[in-house]
Amino acid sequence: MPQAMIGKKVGMTRWFMEDGTNVPVTVIEAPPCVVTQVKKQETDGYDAVQIGGDQVKPRRSTMPMIGHDHRAGSGPLRTHAELRGEADCELGDTVDVSVFEDVAFVDVVGTSKGKGFQGGMKRHHFRGLEASHGVKRRHRSPGSINGHATNLGTGPKIKKGKRMAGHMGHTQITQRSMPVVSINVDQNLIVVKGTVPGPIGGSVFVRSAVRLNRKKAKMAKAG
Amino acid sequence: MNKQQIIENLTAGQLKDDFPAFSVGDTLDVHCRIIEGDKERIQVYQGVLIGQKGRGVNRTITVRRIVANEGVERIFPLHSPRIAKIEVVRRGDARRAKLYFLRDRVGKSRRLRDQRRGLKHIG
Repeated sequence: MPQAMIGKKVGMTRWFMEDGTNVPVTVIEAPPCVVTQVKKQETDGYDAVQIGGDQVKPRRSTMPMIGHDHRAGSGPLRTHAELRGEADCELGDTVDVSVFEDVAFVDVVGTSKGKGFQGGMKRHHFRGLEASHGVKRRHRSPGSINGHATNLGTGPKIKKGKRMAGHMGHTQITQRSMPVVSINVDQNLIVVKGTVPGPIGGSVFVRSAVRLNRKKAKMAKAG
Repeated sequence: MNKQQIIENLTAGQLKDDFPAFSVGDTLDVHCRIIEGDKERIQVYQGVLIGQKGRGVNRTITVRRIVANEGVERIFPLHSPRIAKIEVVRRGDARRAKLYFLRDRVGKSRRLRDQRRGLKHIG
């Protein structure tokens, strides 16, 4: 079974561990998902499993997607996501929370909250200009953005990727190696330690952690 | 089921219900479990309850006491397994929900009157 699911962020709470410590946790609700496509090296160029979750009304979906989900024996689904690598499953299989029972750490992928158009200080942690010493109405400005001839030595434009003010947030964020605190199969809930990107009710993709640092790998091995 | 209820159901198993009824202004004995190595002992922290915060498993109490002429406030997660027991030593008369004004009080004015109002409603 692919160790991945599509869920929704329910909210945060407090969790008391057996040794009495309390940890901040995020609750993710993940009703059973469907394997909507199994990609193979021969046919698609790479191995992957696509799962879909969150049943919607047909009018919320499109005809191509309705057909795609129908092939897996499911109604239209809102969200689809891929897990790279081979997995022991077939088209139409259902995946539920119990796949995470032996998993110590998961990656959670979500879309962060949109912050709108933000200045350099909030968006890139610029220092801004000084509060006094003759600075006039430029206290939060980014300062110089260098000359207009820097990318190739000569040129009429500013260097590409120059950090400036602009739209912040509402981007895909992966929160890596979050400890799984608890699994509730009856209510389809995953409880992970820490914060998850996005608003409450936001869609998140949960998969078993792709890579772990040395300390966490040791913890995962110990169980 | 809405999202708040999901969290309430999930954390319901962690809630403790063996507390006496207490309110802000009361003097409490908080019995804390302290773990040193593999030994466990109980330490009693006595002080005035000056505020409560949060609902359900998130509920915390702020207890203020004076140690060596210095005010000390500890915030306890009420449902923590590290809290063994809570006892009410004295019921104080408080007219507000947060007694932060006690921080500025010195000497006798630090004390609260004994509670007279509404005593028969409290067990």
